[in-house]
Amino acid sequence: MINTAKINRNVEAALADRQLQRNLCSTLGKSVRMRDDSVAEVPNWEELSRYARDVKLHTLSRLDHYLAMLEEKITAQGGKVIWAETGQEAVQFIVDLARQRKIGKLVKSKSMLSEEIHLNSMLGRAQIESIETDLGEYIVQLAGETPSHLLAPALHKSQKEIADLFVRNLGMTPSGDVHEITSTARRVLREHFLSAPIGVTGVNFGVAETGTIVLVENEGNARLSVSVPQIHIALMGIEKVIPRTRDLAVFLKVLIRSATGQKMTSYISCLNGPRRPEELTGPDEFYLVLVDNGRSKILADRFLRQTLSCIRCGACQNICPVYQRIGGHAYESTYQGPIGAILTPQLTSLAAAPEHAFASSLCGACQEVCPVQIEIPHILLKLREQAQREKKTKASQLSLERLVMGGWALVMCSPRLYVVFSRWTRRLWRWVGDIRGLGRFLTPLTHWYKHREIPELAARSFRELYRSREE
Amino acid sequence: MKVSLFVTCLIDQFFPEVGLSTVKVLEKCGVEVSFDPRQTCCGQPAFNSGYVDESREVVEHFLAVFDDSEHIVVPSGSCATMIKTFIPGLFPEGSSKRQRAEEVGQRTLELSDFLVSVLGIQTTGARFPQAVTYHDSCHLVRELNIRSQPRQLIHGVEGVDFREMENCDRCCGFGGFFSVKSPDVSAAIGDEKVQWIRESGADYVISTDVSCLMHIDGLMRRNQVPVQTMHLAELLAQFDD
Repeated sequence: MINTAKINRNVEAALADRQLQRNLCSTLGKSVRMRDDSVAEVPNWEELSRYARDVKLHTLSRLDHYLAMLEEKITAQGGKVIWAETGQEAVQFIVDLARQRKIGKLVKSKSMLSEEIHLNSMLGRAQIESIETDLGEYIVQLAGETPSHLLAPALHKSQKEIADLFVRNLGMTPSGDVHEITSTARRVLREHFLSAPIGVTGVNFGVAETGTIVLVENEGNARLSVSVPQIHIALMGIEKVIPRTRDLAVFLKVLIRSATGQKMTSYISCLNGPRRPEELTGPDEFYLVLVDNGRSKILADRFLRQTLSCIRCGACQNICPVYQRIGGHAYESTYQGPIGAILTPQLTSLAAAPEHAFASSLCGACQEVCPVQIEIPHILLKLREQAQREKKTKASQLSLERLVMGGWALVMCSPRLYVVFSRWTRRLWRWVGDIRGLGRFLTPLTHWYKHREIPELAARSFRELYRSREE
Repeated sequence: MKVSLFVTCLIDQFFPEVGLSTVKVLEKCGVEVSFDPRQTCCGQPAFNSGYVDESREVVEHFLAVFDDSEHIVVPSGSCATMIKTFIPGLFPEGSSKRQRAEEVGQRTLELSDFLVSVLGIQTTGARFPQAVTYHDSCHLVRELNIRSQPRQLIHGVEGVDFREMENCDRCCGFGGFFSVKSPDVSAAIGDEKVQWIRESGADYVISTDVSCLMHIDGLMRRNQVPVQTMHLAELLAQFDD
């Protein structure tokens, strides 16, 4: 359950946090420009993006079929597929495997799904050490925090904060230099790579026809996580399957350009099961954990289903005016910004995340940049509708807002009432306006007046002026 | 040509001069304007907040008023979006109400779109020797894909010094009830918009939506920013009768 009061406090704190505001402004501004320039280089972007959307929607409509195909191919390659209905089941599988093999440590590359199922803290409880190897994720882990952006998890931190963290936790010489920070992380993480028997990764795409797991990254830590440890466990949300290798070419293009503005990332790993006898590197054992954790519930609705098309590029976060102001942590959820606003309440429930669908001006910039064309604003509206309907069925939640809306509808359905109401509002407005601007103390005018002057209510309405003009 | 004016509730109550300018401009373009005083609201406030049943009641009234209109002209991108994009979806697919709503939607046009796309107007004969910039309203630009029409009309105003602002199509932060439910975020977004408006060097910011302008104006007055807001219809009506 995400607490509304907590979100409000977060928002207030985020807006007052000058470091955060600077980071958001510079990083997101740059990401938006790089994405725009990169997309502009592709003349048939719209066509590719529509293709990617259509493939996703098709796949989601036959998800059982493609997942079965993926399982069959992976099994044939000597891998093992585990179906986890809940996050807990996925965690339990990893815990059991580690215990069975008497393994106390694993290395992990970046995976939002692992954040969603709280893998690190659950492993910690089972006395299994989990080391994040993506630099941003490692920073966030050292600080005991959670990621605040899909791609840049430590976006909220300043260079100085990171340097201090490294000095405190890793004994780095306090110079604050970026090179010092990265080489320290590299040195420390190398030791972990060499000593951890299990590597856990996420999955960007699972190709059904070939049983290929695709990992997209820039740091090489995912590549190391799947080549040094003896066991590779890949965590994959069931929506990440795509049918064919030829689709992959399109998805990589739209994902990478939308995410970082690059033409290609430094590393793209295509993995087919465990190491074969003739191969030099790779794990001896490969496990693919397919996680549902609320996803099949979303599939049930033909319109809302498109939420699951998301390929986690982060472009909607970068462009979102709300996210640009409050950052990720304010949302109190794993998924933040526009995609988080539609995904979070659907993965859990509208009652558990009551603010998410309303935390938007519905400006639609997210949809405009979405590489798989998810209709985020229209989904937000649908979720708002569902939220109000759910509240309506609970008699205890008969709110003032609902009464006002009922009254509003009554007035707006009757031209006569509308005129009477408008006349009286005008009188009242003038009256309270006259007593030293008392109007500003009436909610929601208070909220308006907090930052903005209140518009003048015209002395005569348009219809009055129009009638006198006619006469 | 005859058009029915849907003036919108916000213009009716707060900005009647925008409605009068709309009539003035349409008449100058040789259009016969009718205003049906039974009209109230398009139902958007309730719809955007998730109160779909309440919204539908108001929409049914709206459709009853405008059922017979040949062209419905709306001086608001947001209300035009409600009518064209969202209203049909309030009724079950295949129903007669849905069909009627779709027909009304097809006959509805935002003011600048009507002037440019239907009438082919290049200038209304307005003269306004001032520096102006233009704010694209989110609904107009991203739901209705109308970018060039308002700009063409602004360029048609004699003496106008048009200065495109940076990020002209980014949200101003208004967002309907969002502006009072999340006032801090709404205003923070708006402050950035105001910054871009200032940087353009314009003395006037023009838009097709009084809702955005009301928010931007409130912020600018609070912070003593010496820029005026003006609806596109008011700019186009800057000619002698």
